[in-house]
Amino acid sequence: MTATATAREGVFASDPDSRPGPLVVSGLTVSYGRAPALIGVDLAIAPGSMTAIVGPNGAGKSTLLKAVIGVAPVVAGDIRVFGETLARVRDRVAYVPQRASVDWDFPARVIDVVTMGLYRELGPFGFVRRRHREAAMAHLDRVGMADFAQRQIGQLSGGQQQRVFLARALAQKADLYLLDEPLAGVDAATERAVVAVLHGLRAEGACIVAVHHDLATLRDYFDHVALINRRLVAQGPTAETLTAENLQRTYGGLLAGTQIGRIEIAYAARER
Amino acid sequence: MLDEIFSPQFVQLSLPPILIGALAAIACALPGNFLVLRRQALIGDAISHVVLPGIVVAFLLTGRVSTWPMMIGATVAALVAAILIEAIRRVGRMEPGAAMGVVFTALFAFGVLLLEQSGSRNVHLDVEHALYGNLESLIWLDANGWGSLFDARALAGLPPELPRLAIVAALIATATALFWRPLAISTFDESYAQSIGLPTRLIAFALVAAAAVAAVAAFEAVGSIIVIAMFVCPPAAARLMTDRLGAQVAWSLLFAVISAVAGYVIAGYGPLWFGLPDAVSAAGMIATISGVILAAACLWGPRRLGAGSAA
Ligand SMILES: Nc1ncnc2c1ncn2[C@@H]1O[C@H](COP(=O)(O)OP(=O)(O)OP(=O)(O)O)[C@@H](O)[C@H]1O
Ligand SMILES: [Mg+2]
Repeated sequence: MTATATAREGVFASDPDSRPGPLVVSGLTVSYGRAPALIGVDLAIAPGSMTAIVGPNGAGKSTLLKAVIGVAPVVAGDIRVFGETLARVRDRVAYVPQRASVDWDFPARVIDVVTMGLYRELGPFGFVRRRHREAAMAHLDRVGMADFAQRQIGQLSGGQQQRVFLARALAQKADLYLLDEPLAGVDAATERAVVAVLHGLRAEGACIVAVHHDLATLRDYFDHVALINRRLVAQGPTAETLTAENLQRTYGGLLAGTQIGRIEIAYAARER
Repeated sequence: MLDEIFSPQFVQLSLPPILIGALAAIACALPGNFLVLRRQALIGDAISHVVLPGIVVAFLLTGRVSTWPMMIGATVAALVAAILIEAIRRVGRMEPGAAMGVVFTALFAFGVLLLEQSGSRNVHLDVEHALYGNLESLIWLDANGWGSLFDARALAGLPPELPRLAIVAALIATATALFWRPLAISTFDESYAQSIGLPTRLIAFALVAAAAVAAVAAFEAVGSIIVIAMFVCPPAAARLMTDRLGAQVAWSLLFAVISAVAGYVIAGYGPLWFGLPDAVSAAGMIATISGVILAAACLWGPRRLGAGSAA
């Protein structure tokens, strides 16, 4: 199955019977000035799906999400969110940046960060009322961080910071969630908590796209996967797409054949 | 001390400079909070250097030393510098500190060259004035006591720096309050701010522009030494007092006003109390007090690194 063929199959927008797909990317090329970070990427995310973006470091995974929210230098290509340009559907999209991207020394408490997620509702001038505070607390509770509401954000562990970011995204009540490595560097308990929240969102009908590094858990957590290394290598349902051949093409020599073999054996054992 | 406050001389000689100093401190400390959090605190320094070519060009164009053209020239120069810094940072992929260093040294040097070549050297633009301002000379001769504050004719004789700085401080305070939420979100997490549709570049530029206007308005009255100190010291000290942005800004304003008032009073009366003959520079003392407050906050501030519940 070639990359283009898979992409075309997934272009829901072209199907007159269904509503427009949550995210359709075609021919996306992004360049920060030197060699392009992404070249001609075609991608179509299915409604109600949970898709992992997988690829080696520097493959352009973060760049892809940034292009969707309009902060990466797009050279060519087209991005449709729910069939529209981003500007028209911005309030239906929530973005969770990679954790390292902010200054954790900033004078803000956990509750303040979650309240930022209510910006669409509050607008630039609206007052934070009791119901806003209660909503923020409810989102914190959903990620298991309600007890930390009054903490300064720098006084949290990495996994706790990640969950605060997730709560801020929940506050946006979006239909499409874009998460950059939500499971990076979190312990097993936090990982389960975050995945449970994401699966809950999917059950409510939202669509989730997350950068994910752990090939071993991919099949358990995600129903779809897109393999990327500057170009789209393959995309589709996880079980069919995550083949040794596709992984080899994505990671090249970076991922030893034995390693891929071991993952395959592990999956095969589990499926039996 | 109390009798001094009630004497007509106090209202004539001390009240205007104290108010002007406090207003200048407030106007600079407000944007300073956000600049410090964005690690752009040096921009205050950069702006006070590029004010020189702006003033010289304004003089060359108008041929006279008058306040408004010079204020406009200085503001334009500061904005040009802000744009240049941003451009060099993006195109040359330089870190902000280096970009600022390049821009303000080059523009300052350009200002010095202009000054020498144009013969505007005779204009009263000496280094001491630029550094320390002329706070002590901003007196209110028409006043003869606190009652003059309600006397329209006396009020007309106020030093023009006072209403000018009051307007600038009020404008900056209003803008900060109005755009608080976008400013806070984009300062904390720029890419998230962009993702929810905030115009982050416009916000960043407006912040630098506000800082430039504050710096230029304060510069003439109080000198660049206070401008630079007030951009950095009160906000940095305030950060060590609290973990909330709103409270930080409030603390920084308190520290700014304390520096201005205490600095002026100690400079004016301190040497007398110690039996020394001469008063010291008010501008220097105000900047010193803000530094002392910062040092105290570093030593005892409840939110300094490693204090209290910090992880
Ligand atoms: N702001 C930027 N300016 C210049 N180059 C950039 C910038 N951001 C990313 N790049 C480059 O673009 C390429 C893709 O980066 P990106 O962050 O998208 O990778 P990634 O797949 O998310 O990697 P990782 O797994 O390490 O997070 C890299 O070569 C990187 O050096
Ligand atoms: Mg990344």
